[in-house]
Amino acid sequence: MTDATAEGPRPARAHHGSLLVKDARTKARNAAETRFRLYGAIAVGIAVVALVGLLSSILYNGASAFRQTFITLNVYLDPDVLDKNGNRNVEEISKVSTFGYAPLIEAAFETAFENPEIGIEGVTASDAEDLISKEAAAQLRRYVLANPGEIGQTVEFEFLANGRIDGYYKGRVTMQSAERDSNVSPEQLQLADQLKAAGLLSTHFNWDFLTLADASENRPEAAGLGVAIIGSLYMMLVVLVLSLPIGVATSIYLEEFAPKNWFTDIIEVNIANLAAVPSIVFGILGLAIFINFAGLPQSAPIVGGLVLTLMTLPTIIIATRASLKAVPPSIRDAALGVGASKMQSVFHHVLPLAMPGILTGTIIGLAQALGETAPLLLIGMVAFVRDFPAAPPEGLFDPAAALPVQVYNWTQRADPAFTERASGAIIVLLVFLLFMNAVAILLRRRFERRW
Amino acid sequence: MNDQRLIQRDATMSETKISARGVNVYYGDTHAIKDVDVDIRDRMVTAFIGPSGCGKSTFLRCINRMNDTIESCRVEGKITIDDEDIYDRKVDPVQLRAKVGMVFQKPNPFPKSIYDNVAYGPRIHGLARNKAELDEIVESALKRAAIWKEVKDRLSAPGTGLSGGQQQRLCIARAVATAPEVLLMDEPCSALDPIATAQVEELIDELRQNFSVVIVTHSMQQAARVSQRTAFFHLGHLVEFGETGEIFTNPKDKRTESYITGRIG
Ligand SMILES: Nc1ncnc2c1ncn2[C@@H]1O[C@H](COP(=O)(O)OP(=O)(O)OP(=O)(O)O)[C@@H](O)[C@H]1O
Ligand SMILES: [Mg+2]
Repeated sequence: MTDATAEGPRPARAHHGSLLVKDARTKARNAAETRFRLYGAIAVGIAVVALVGLLSSILYNGASAFRQTFITLNVYLDPDVLDKNGNRNVEEISKVSTFGYAPLIEAAFETAFENPEIGIEGVTASDAEDLISKEAAAQLRRYVLANPGEIGQTVEFEFLANGRIDGYYKGRVTMQSAERDSNVSPEQLQLADQLKAAGLLSTHFNWDFLTLADASENRPEAAGLGVAIIGSLYMMLVVLVLSLPIGVATSIYLEEFAPKNWFTDIIEVNIANLAAVPSIVFGILGLAIFINFAGLPQSAPIVGGLVLTLMTLPTIIIATRASLKAVPPSIRDAALGVGASKMQSVFHHVLPLAMPGILTGTIIGLAQALGETAPLLLIGMVAFVRDFPAAPPEGLFDPAAALPVQVYNWTQRADPAFTERASGAIIVLLVFLLFMNAVAILLRRRFERRW
Repeated sequence: MNDQRLIQRDATMSETKISARGVNVYYGDTHAIKDVDVDIRDRMVTAFIGPSGCGKSTFLRCINRMNDTIESCRVEGKITIDDEDIYDRKVDPVQLRAKVGMVFQKPNPFPKSIYDNVAYGPRIHGLARNKAELDEIVESALKRAAIWKEVKDRLSAPGTGLSGGQQQRLCIARAVATAPEVLLMDEPCSALDPIATAQVEELIDELRQNFSVVIVTHSMQQAARVSQRTAFFHLGHLVEFGETGEIFTNPKDKRTESYITGRIG
């Protein structure tokens, strides 16, 4: 107004310079922002490099565990050895132990040596037998017991090659190292090369790694993850079945229904604390309660599952409560306003909206449990288990291994072939985790599409 | 309804639906409603006006016991609907809220389809015996809320995808669909344009045939247009309550006068 002076002093009119020229403050702010973005990009870069480094090292070490060297031999199932009475009675045949089968393999090498291309001076058929896994005799015996009618015939078998021979084709064993190795000689390696040239030795994908049970120290080539995978799956089943309903019900009660008083406050603080308790403590608890007190068997998936449930519950409860809290209160008001009961408002409106968060929390909890090792060591899941557990529910009480414990187990063994298998087991574990995360994302999409 | 009641109503024009005596509301230590007595008549629109923070919403929420959901809130005094004390131990607030519908200040449709938004109340109260009946309830509720034309082709689209004003009318439809006897509306038009506002006001006027309506509004014009009786709240007190015409043309209290002439608020 023009008569401003008459009304007394007025604040000076702010003077903004040209918009085409950046002033000092704007420049400083822009610089700060650029710096911040740079820090962020650097942090992400470091994370990516670390991740790629980790993954590629594991893949580099472990990918070969999925390939294995096999030797093909024609074995004459000699009736004079296997079935002296000639009546094909399985009970009598089963009296022949694996030691009885060793000569058959030796004989098979004798036959193979008839090929002029095969044969190294100084390597007898008995030496050649060492090229094959000690598992071979057992494999042969299993076959004969399953097919007694084929005794007397010549059958083609694909045997696992010994870990050293396998290592030779994976670069772990060389002619030089073989000279110093009491388990394998350079001549045996040469023989292996000849077998390969003759098409009797090949390296290909090995399903047995995923399906066989663990094997002893001196036959790494036969060690598989079967029991560990089943054990882990059983435990995840127990964890899911117990922790999801208990966790979600607890969260809903605490978040929506429980009165807010000192008692619920204490519970809340304790849940938060439980989430931070080192997992080995849960192992001690499991040992004391489930095994010593309740008398459940050691190294059984049920005990592992129970212990992991205790560990996972806080994670699920915290995630579920957070996602319940995130549902706007106006939705609850709206439901109550049209005359829905508290429970209807929670189950019809709040829970569906919280579902993506709940599922994500649950799967993160499960993934954590899947990779957990320490508590399982305490409840005896380190045991060397050769037998597959039965189908659930009985199987939950049979001894089993677990994937992460199997990794730990294999890294403890002397033979370098187990290092490769440990990395392979880590890959399997990672694939499981990736799969679970993919499921989490998928479920989230599904539920979010319903707004 | 029997004849006797009809005759009685003719005599008094309209009987008391809701009656409040000595109502005090506290949020923790905050005394939000101070000793309010009010009689809200059936088949009439009662407007609550007053400056922001004076307790209009709080008092409104007492009538359907929505304040029960607020931990710190304490209600004292007596509120009756049809001569029944709604704060009686035997009263289930859930049943009460089916009888006393509410439209909130901020539109809050469920994140479900438009159809499900409206059908939810009738479903949980078992108002429809089959799909056809439910369809009919939904359609008539949407029509009464003056939103049918806009949404009839996309009933399965999410209710949250509507504009603010459409959402509010959807919420009105949702409240109407449960066939309440009393409808509480907390600034239902604050998010609406003048045309939608006019439609909602028309709706309120029509609802008066069957319900008693209580509406909180910041617009004097709206209070004057839609209500028969007006209550003026100030700092938690009910300052003045009477015929809308009286309040606006001849206020008895100085505070009412200054508020409606725009000097406090
Ligand atoms: N949940 C709550 N907790 C604590 N105090 C509250 C709560 N809700 C309202 N109040 C207080 O109660 C008083 C009345 O609030 P109310 O919401 O009833 O006002 P109002 O008249 O509806 O105002 P407006 O016109 O702005 O909506 C205010 O002082 C407010 O701060
Ligand atoms: Mg309000």
